[in-house]
Amino acid sequence: MARQDLTPEEKARGGRNIALALGLIAFVLIVFVTTIVRLGANVFDRAPI
Amino acid sequence: MTGLAAQPAEIRPAAPARWQDYFQLLKPRVMSLVVFTGLTGLVCADRPIHPFLGAVAILCIAVGAGASAALNMWFDADIDGKMRRTRGRPVPSGKVQGADALALGITLSLFSVGLMGMAVNWLAAFLLAFTILFYAVVYTMWLKRSTPQNIVIGGLAGALPPAIGWAAAAGTAPLNAWLMVLIIFMWTPAHFWALSLYTSEDYGKAGVPMMPVVKGAKSTRQQILVYSLLFVPIAIAPAFTGLGGTAYLAIACGGGLVFLVLALRLLRSHAGEQLMDVRTDDGLYGVKADARDARNLFAFSIVYLFSLFAALLAEHALGLGAL
Repeated sequence: MARQDLTPEEKARGGRNIALALGLIAFVLIVFVTTIVRLGANVFDRAPI
Repeated sequence: MTGLAAQPAEIRPAAPARWQDYFQLLKPRVMSLVVFTGLTGLVCADRPIHPFLGAVAILCIAVGAGASAALNMWFDADIDGKMRRTRGRPVPSGKVQGADALALGITLSLFSVGLMGMAVNWLAAFLLAFTILFYAVVYTMWLKRSTPQNIVIGGLAGALPPAIGWAAAAGTAPLNAWLMVLIIFMWTPAHFWALSLYTSEDYGKAGVPMMPVVKGAKSTRQQILVYSLLFVPIAIAPAFTGLGGTAYLAIACGGGLVFLVLALRLLRSHAGEQLMDVRTDDGLYGVKADARDARNLFAFSIVYLFSLFAALLAEHALGLGAL
């Protein structure tokens, strides 16, 4: 269905769904990069064996 | 009181809720000020923090501020609907249901505090959680409707972001961090009461006990001067505690002098005195001439606070030494 055929309710819902999806993707990326950053710091801080 | 079951019956969705309506629940303009003061605290800590983790800390502060704003809009929908300034907000205008605003506020609160704790540190997370709870519960649900000291005590919530930012970078919150909190805390009464001197007809209609509504305009103007006299020395203090440098001292003294002159002029004016007439007759809003001194102080207070924090931010970012 073309976007111009959607009702205002469907358009609004689509926009909300996209915003929610982008928010979730951003959250996943933040957690992933945070893990890498914190893990990396700890690896470099590790005393040599 | 606003509750899930206590929404005004006339509120009906005017149009399907768009994502922008949910974004408006977060009070983005207030959020930007909180981000600025939080960033200043983070930079002033002078401790190395990974840029990404610093960005996450600022994001958490912003989202936490947005969460408390959403909780505020959920609870205050009844009085927001009675005031001209706020009746267009998403909940009273019917664009977003109260339950949805509540759910968004709780979700973002948990997200911001949890992420701050896991990604940055738990002291910063605790301070952020305290800020959200203080604003949503102590200020919104209790103080705002019960005492004319509402914005004095409730101002603590808006003052805490520099300490959160400092704690995020350093893992501690020393006295200089709390001095930044104290600056915003003592700035708040003069700032908000100056505004309320020419907007309090709205608060009167909604039954919110703002100072001009309860004690009158003259008492409010006197209290503004008292708080200004207390605030300006506190604003200058960082120059002598190792926090601010020469530029900060110049801005704090020069701006502080202007602040006091404007507060004195406001005291001598009749700002707010026609509000009683306005409240009894919706057709009378002709207080512009008398409100000019109140507006001048309100506008300058924003410029002054911004300048103080911008000076601190610049001095620490550029590595300029304290006095």
